[in-house]
Amino acid sequence: MTREDIKIYVLDYLAGRLTCKEWVEMVTNYLEGTMSFLPRLRFHLHLGMCLGCRNYLKQVRQTIRLMGELPRQSPPQEIQAELVRRFRSLKTLSN
Amino acid sequence: MGVLEGLDRFEGRSSLKTWIFSILTNKAKTRGVRERRCIPVSSLVADEGDHDEPTVDPSRFQSSGHWQDYWSAYPETWDENTPEKRLLGQEGAALLGQAIEALPPRLKQIIVMRDVEGLESQEVCAILSVSEANQRVLLHRARARVRQALEDYMGRTKRK
Repeated sequence: MTREDIKIYVLDYLAGRLTCKEWVEMVTNYLEGTMSFLPRLRFHLHLGMCLGCRNYLKQVRQTIRLMGELPRQSPPQEIQAELVRRFRSLKTLSN
Repeated sequence: MGVLEGLDRFEGRSSLKTWIFSILTNKAKTRGVRERRCIPVSSLVADEGDHDEPTVDPSRFQSSGHWQDYWSAYPETWDENTPEKRLLGQEGAALLGQAIEALPPRLKQIIVMRDVEGLESQEVCAILSVSEANQRVLLHRARARVRQALEDYMGRTKRK
């Protein structure tokens, strides 16, 4: 038995059995802040003792952050120019 | 252009961003109808997966014994062994883009609005007319798939 095994053994005893397989499906609820008190407690206890799940959560957070940092695609120049042209004509109309 | 023309009608009941997004989705729908592009509902639903279907490959968990359903090949941290820089580079961004692109339409819509464009969940629900719970399930599936794609790219798992 490794240290990890013992930790999870203790955890099962304290918080009721929550497997990693069940845990990973709770991640979005957790991140969205929609979990009620008890499930959140169990989630945290498992998280605190399980290295694999800690890494999993880190990866999900990194994934989300990286998606937020994706470069925005600006529309091609000719479309931008066309938009500006139409915008100008719209302004003249309404004036 | 629809946005500029309709700006007078904007009532400030929602944020400007939400409003622009709803115009875009409506335009897209109208165009779809006009061009008679019929997409069978099944193709939209297909591949989104069942709501109960696991989002992590079941083979990653132990299949028997006391530790059944605990990790057998657990995820590696990305920053320690493989610098996150790898994911920040152009190649990483391209890969991330591909992973998002490869998602079924509904999942793609939601993850782009939430995680790429940074809209709030209430905004997304309003624009797409889905319930909060449904939006969360779809977001969960989408994020899990993108994470998996990045993990494949990083190409490392640790075996116990």
